[in-house]
Amino acid sequence: MTLDTSVTPARWQEAVIERIMPQTPRVISVFLRTRLEPHVAGQHVDVRLTAPDGYQAQRSYSIASAAGSDGIELAVERLEDGEVSSFFHEVARPGDTIEVRGPIGGHFVWRLEDGGPIVLIAGGSGIVPLMAIVRSWSAAQSKTPVLLIYSARTWEELIFRDELLSAQAHQSALAFIATTTRGPRHRPEDFDRRLDRALLREVLAHWARSPRHVYVCGSNVFVEAVTSSLVLETVPPGLIRTERFGGEN
Amino acid sequence: MATRGFSGRGRGTGAEQPGRLPPGQFLTADFPVLSAGPTPHIAREDWGFTLQVGPRKIKSWSWGDFVRLPIAKVTPDIHCVTKWSKFDTNWEGVSIQDLLADAALEPPTAFTLAHSYDGYSTNVPVKDLLGGRGMIAIAYDGKPIAAEHGGPARLLVPHLYFWKSAKWVKALQFTERDEAGFWELRGYHMYGDPWREQRYTNDP
Repeated sequence: MTLDTSVTPARWQEAVIERIMPQTPRVISVFLRTRLEPHVAGQHVDVRLTAPDGYQAQRSYSIASAAGSDGIELAVERLEDGEVSSFFHEVARPGDTIEVRGPIGGHFVWRLEDGGPIVLIAGGSGIVPLMAIVRSWSAAQSKTPVLLIYSARTWEELIFRDELLSAQAHQSALAFIATTTRGPRHRPEDFDRRLDRALLREVLAHWARSPRHVYVCGSNVFVEAVTSSLVLETVPPGLIRTERFGGEN
Repeated sequence: MATRGFSGRGRGTGAEQPGRLPPGQFLTADFPVLSAGPTPHIAREDWGFTLQVGPRKIKSWSWGDFVRLPIAKVTPDIHCVTKWSKFDTNWEGVSIQDLLADAALEPPTAFTLAHSYDGYSTNVPVKDLLGGRGMIAIAYDGKPIAAEHGGPARLLVPHLYFWKSAKWVKALQFTERDEAGFWELRGYHMYGDPWREQRYTNDP
């Protein structure tokens, strides 16, 4: 494995909100203009907000943009009592300045030279760092096979859905399977139930490739269930990288 | 520089106890999970713990041997580098100094690497493990530690960011130099003091 010891998130710097775009009923994309070093797909940034009395709140957000992009896109889900997410949803507007540092993370990352085949499995907003991988892969016109299995509550709550459908239509090496747990499926290849072991087995068998890298991102319950199933389906644990959301974020 | 429109109205229970929440952290009542890969499930009868000096094994304990060592109880606050903190967590385990005493070993170097069943490792200076500051925990909240939280046993070094408290721990190795572990090789700080906010490699 290549290790990037040159990761230098270092100091806080200002970033300007360029654009805020609704993605789903509960998720917005926040586009930032920054002077951060170029990121690798899968990395995150730390965001810091400061109140007039000096109180500060920090959170980590995965970067959705392709590696090396100009500016970065974050996807922010509205959370009950989330002091940072409610700021982005209710207060922030283009032209506002926040503080960021990063990019951060040297494990849940994919570089072009890492190759594949790649399996990406997302639950809810766990799609964000995986979207960066899909976009980086797509931008490089890589022929490496990619399988993305994305679970959300409903078809409307699949973040980046139209972009993923379009990417699949244009790139035969990308297989995109959606599963919705509280709403009907919209395509014959999709599912409308929990991403359990049987579903994984069926999709992996149909894909018929041996993954070299597996990335799983979502809530802890989701990641725990998916990775246990993968291991039972004889995917070597050493190939599987995980990123889990805490109870709050 | 204040952020326009941010009042911090969401600041909660942690802010009511100034001095208890390290900078940049927020308080949670949950116990979030952070791991680099799948959760390994290790049965107690398959579990063992080894003390090493470099490549040399000093002593190994089976689960049965281990639970007969002196058991200490601690109730620390814990702080994860992903920003959550949790107060008053209840752990039971064997302190590192009791473990060394049982092996009749004086610390031969100033540094250690903890090793885990999933291939994880993390470095902790010896001084941060002695004097009751570090233990091999075998119970949480009076019960066996759940696999996703590192059971059967995890290292507990609560005064450092929680990635130092290696889950599924199987060995403690004394090293000549301060050697980086898994996250330390991947952008995270070599020491990880929450009060100095030593999150990432180049933090002071």
